[in-house]
Parts: sequence; C-alpha cells; structure tokens
Amino acid sequence: MADFALTVATPERQLIDERVSEATIPARNGYIGVLPGHAPLLSELGAGILSWSGGIGQSQTLAIMGGFVEVLGDRVRILADEAKRREDINTIEAQERLRAAQEALTKPPSDSPTPEQYEELVENVKRAQAEVDLGAK
Amino acid sequence: MPSLIDIRRRIRSVKNTQQITRALKLVSAAKLRRAQDRVIAARPYAQSIRELLSNLAAAAASDPDLSASTLLAQREAKRIELILMTSDTGKAGAFNANLTRTADRFIREHEGVAFDIVTVGRKGRDYFRRRNASVPRDYIGVLAKPAYATAAEIGRESVRRFRDGEVDAVYLINSEFKNVMSQKPSETRLLPVALPEPKQGEEPKIIDYIFEQPPLEMLQRLLPRYVEVAVFQGMLETSASEHAARMTAMDAASRNAGDVIDKLTLTMNRARQAAITKEIIEVVSGAAALD
Repeated sequence: MADFALTVATPERQLIDERVSEATIPARNGYIGVLPGHAPLLSELGAGILSWSGGIGQSQTLAIMGGFVEVLGDRVRILADEAKRREDINTIEAQERLRAAQEALTKPPSDSPTPEQYEELVENVKRAQAEVDLGAK
Repeated sequence: MPSLIDIRRRIRSVKNTQQITRALKLVSAAKLRRAQDRVIAARPYAQSIRELLSNLAAAAASDPDLSASTLLAQREAKRIELILMTSDTGKAGAFNANLTRTADRFIREHEGVAFDIVTVGRKGRDYFRRRNASVPRDYIGVLAKPAYATAAEIGRESVRRFRDGEVDAVYLINSEFKNVMSQKPSETRLLPVALPEPKQGEEPKIIDYIFEQPPLEMLQRLLPRYVEVAVFQGMLETSASEHAARMTAMDAASRNAGDVIDKLTLTMNRARQAAITKEIIEVVSGAAALD
C-alpha cells in the first residue's frame, strides 16, 4: 500500500513522525486532502483538526493552531505554531477560552481596531474553536 | 602554629562548603539532563523551518520584490540591537564572564554604532546597567524553563523595532552548547535575516510548488517565525550550557574543598602529635628532675 511520511512539529517538540496513507490538513484557505503522490505544495495553516490514517478505518486526530505545511515528494511536513492531542485538551477550559475570545471579538479593545488586530481576534476564536471541536469528539 | 581548636573549626567550615558545592553539582546535573532533552526536542522544527525557508526563498527568488522584503533588506547599521543571553545566577565559573566579554568585544568592533542591549538573564543586565548602557528591555527568570511564548515575545519586539527603523540590525549573543565539557559564546545576526545557504556542492533546486498563498506573503509570515525560533534555540542552548558550566565548576570546587580538608587534617594531626610529644617530654623531664 502506498504511503508517505507525515511529521508534525511545534517549536518545542516533534509530535508525530510516521508513515500514513492519507491526511486531511487544516490549511488557511480550507482543508486539503493529501494522498500519496501529491504535487509539491506550500501553504499556511489555519486553526483546525488534522486527521490522518495509517491503515483501514483507524483515523487519528490532532488540533493544529496556525503554522505552515510543505508537501514534497513522499513527505508531508507540518510546522505548527501549536498542536494539541485530544488527551491534552481540557474541554471546560477550552470552552471558557472560546467564550472569552468570542466576547473579545464583539467588543474590540480599541474603538477602531487595525486590520491586523481584527485578524488576531478572529484567529483567537478559530484556535479556541479547534480545541473545543477536538475535545468534543 | 594555630591551635587544634582553630584547625578543627576550619575543617568543619570547609566541609560545609563542600556539602553545598556537591549539592549544587547534583542539582545542575539533573537540570542539565532536562535542558539537553529540550534542546534535542526542539531540533526537528528548527531544522524544518530552515529548509522550508530556503526552499521558499529559492522559489520566490524570481520575484523582484523579494530583496525589498523588509526583513531581508540590508542597510547601514547606525543602531544595533544586541540580544545578550546570560544566566540569572552565578556559581557557574567563567560562563557569564565569557558571554559579557564577547558582547563587549562585539561592541568595540563596531565603533561609531549606537547599541541597545536586550538582556535575557540577570547577570548580563547587571553588567550592562553598571556600565550605563542602554538596556531597553530585559527578561529575568525566563531561562529556568525556556518557553516558546517568551522567545516569541522577544523576537516579535525585535522584528517590530527593525521594521519600524528603530534599529538597523539585530544580533544575538548566546552560549552554544557543544557538549557537557565545552560551551562557547556565539554571535548570530538575526535581522536582517540571512537566508540559509544551500549545502555545499548542491545546486539550489527550485521546486515547482503549488502556492496556496503568494510566496512573498508567506515569506513575510515565515521570516518573523524564523527569528523567534532562532531566539528560542538560543535560550535552550544557553540554559543547557549554564547547567553544564555550573556542574563543571561545582565539581572542581568540591574537589578543591576535598584537597583543603586533606591538608588541614594533616596539619591538625601534626599539631596534635606535637602537643602529645611535648606533654611526654614534660612528664619525663619532671620525673628525671626528682631523681
């Protein structure tokens, strides 16, 4: 069976390094599905759930918050700003963060937030959402 | 000759010192192991981001706007920000002195340039505060357990100052962790970013990527992250070096204390023997006088 190498690393450690047969990656502009033999691709990552499977039926997941992905040859490299396993997520805390982030978005700190500030607020909500989503699975 | 009691007191005091240095050595050894693990754990990401940056830069090289990208643009250095990493506490031999000396030399080599010194670690801050240098930011207590969030904060502020033209270059001086016996200060230019060179003898191959975002836009997001990672790596290596240096220094101190104890014990035994001999002579000559 055709497979490729998937690595997931954050600045602090490497979380995943294994052979997989397919992966679904939360890119900035939407999810990307990768199968063996994919064309070289570079993209920024958004916040969402990375899932992959090594064999039949057994799919694994990881919450990813921003970063970069490189698809090259038989290798997919994910450089995540932050990544969390399901067992590392505290659902209650995550929901609390999501609520706080949503509130911050409706009530921006300054009257006229710059586009960057606004983008960051939106990003915070997405990150919290990704955690809540994975925690609820 | 000092009295027996004096010598005993000194031996006791040196023994106390030895106990402290030995404990410090053990603590440093344990901390070193953890710090080393962290250095190793952070390597895959650092390695990947270097390769990614070099691939991306090669692919974007045809873009005429690349060299104008704000974080790559070289300009005449009138004001340099120097990030100096030292430890918070002493008892690490020449570790901090080596780092501050490297920083001093670096400043001397750039005559006519104004310096802002950003210190990570108390020792560096104290050193440059005493010399009335400009220390706009300092970070203390962050090396005990280097967190990426701290590195990101340091890196982000440096990037902002460089982008806004407050400084013309940013350099990092930290301790490079080679192995337990050897740590040496190293200086790196963080900004403007020096793109990683392709390996010797290898043609820079241009990969025909599908870009989900325009390459230049991605580069502009990747470069600040690259700087942050460099700061983070610096912190991890400095922390590991600090523990290694302290372990070596405290090992030497414990051994020195042992030597001193041996010498004092010998002196004490001599003094004791001399006192006994003197007493015997007194008794014998006293008895002889009675005959």
